[in-house]
Amino acid sequence: MDKTIQTPAEAVAAIPDGATVMIGGFGGSGAPIELIHALIDHGAKHLTVVNNNAGNGHVGLAALIEQGQVDRLICSFPRSADPSVFVERYKAGKIALEIVPQGTLAERIRAGGAGIPAFYTPTAFGTEVAEGKPIAEFDGRSYVQERWLKADVALIKGELGDAHGNMTYRMAARNFNPLMATAATTTIAQVSQIVPLGGIDPEHVITPGIFVTHVVEVANAAQEEELNRSEAVYP
Amino acid sequence: MIDITDIKLSNAQIAWRAAQDIEDGAYVNLGIGFPEMVARFQPEGKQAIFHTENGVLDFGKAPAPGDEDWDLINAGKKAITLKPGTSFFHHADSFAMVRGGHLDLAVLGAYQVAQNGDLANWSTGKGDIPAVGGAMDLVQSAKRIAVLTDHVTKKGDPKLVATCTMPLTGVGCVTRVYSSLAVIDIENGHFVLREKVTGLSMDDLQSLTGAPLHTDGDVFDLTCPEELA
Repeated sequence: MDKTIQTPAEAVAAIPDGATVMIGGFGGSGAPIELIHALIDHGAKHLTVVNNNAGNGHVGLAALIEQGQVDRLICSFPRSADPSVFVERYKAGKIALEIVPQGTLAERIRAGGAGIPAFYTPTAFGTEVAEGKPIAEFDGRSYVQERWLKADVALIKGELGDAHGNMTYRMAARNFNPLMATAATTTIAQVSQIVPLGGIDPEHVITPGIFVTHVVEVANAAQEEELNRSEAVYP
Repeated sequence: MIDITDIKLSNAQIAWRAAQDIEDGAYVNLGIGFPEMVARFQPEGKQAIFHTENGVLDFGKAPAPGDEDWDLINAGKKAITLKPGTSFFHHADSFAMVRGGHLDLAVLGAYQVAQNGDLANWSTGKGDIPAVGGAMDLVQSAKRIAVLTDHVTKKGDPKLVATCTMPLTGVGCVTRVYSSLAVIDIENGHFVLREKVTGLSMDDLQSLTGAPLHTDGDVFDLTCPEELA
């Protein structure tokens, strides 16, 4: 078994128009910039994107939105230092937004990956986010039913990977990445380094390879924050 | 309307006051922006452990400019540092800490707080792009919910109200408000005044508050370090 792929372009080549794509990262940390940029080059359109945010500046997710490839965004916090790309398209009615509380977003993805179609959470009870959703009382407290979230593709970023797809992450760049890996039909991971099997201590594996479809090495991956500080624009 | 310009607390003073109540060993989440300042004012000998929802527990101060590692940030996307005892985890574990009731305290900002503890802090409901982040999760599940806020809006309208008119973040969740004029607990559907700044009468404070202020025992002077003014 060898899940390694040589380039980000090959890794994303099969993503079709209309796909639901989960993209890892919280702000720029853990955002698979090279995979997103490869998806821009690939050109798939009418995407639904699941991410915590809505992009920053003119690189990564913001660039994907700026190219008009995203019809719908599911996120918790569409604000950033420079959210102008998203804001402009949203106000022009060119992108739909579903706001999901951050913990609910994480748990919906976890549930999608774990085969749990719905769950109850205290989050958002009594707010407009809960409107239209089933409410149930457990031990005297009210909870909101939320449904699983699954995707056709997950684009994630890790630190070490091997040919079986076992992965580690780096510091707070872990965030949504291990969850999204479990919830997509096809999970494409970029890692800083591909190591031989056995090169990752089994005790240190965060994402076991069963959740990963393709692994591509991107050494010295770009950081969104640094790109934005240099006012980078993609493409 | 009375002029509170000279008597109201600065944001740093409000954050300082809130920090004095955090017990040693408490697990605390500080909301992005203003509430983050609370970490600066931890009293000697009381060491809280801070949680940031993007997957870090017990982190250090901001690094020097140029030393940032952008894989190591807080929920406000600002660079933080490691310290002995730091741990990392993914988002589902992070919100298991939140939703599972493992946090002792969450500190947030507010547009409005109602006398029954309802909080509005995520959407003005006036066509702005809403952004909720982790607030709805935090307010339903941390053991105590503290709000840091100006007592009135820039226009002078009360932010402590009878009923929130803006979209709610959570129902009946706020337990204590640290405002620019007072410390107020929320108990049994009422604002209960604990402390107020000196130089402000009860009547004046009431006139700046959108629901009745109750008292339960002494009302203490709210005093903060002058150098933070």
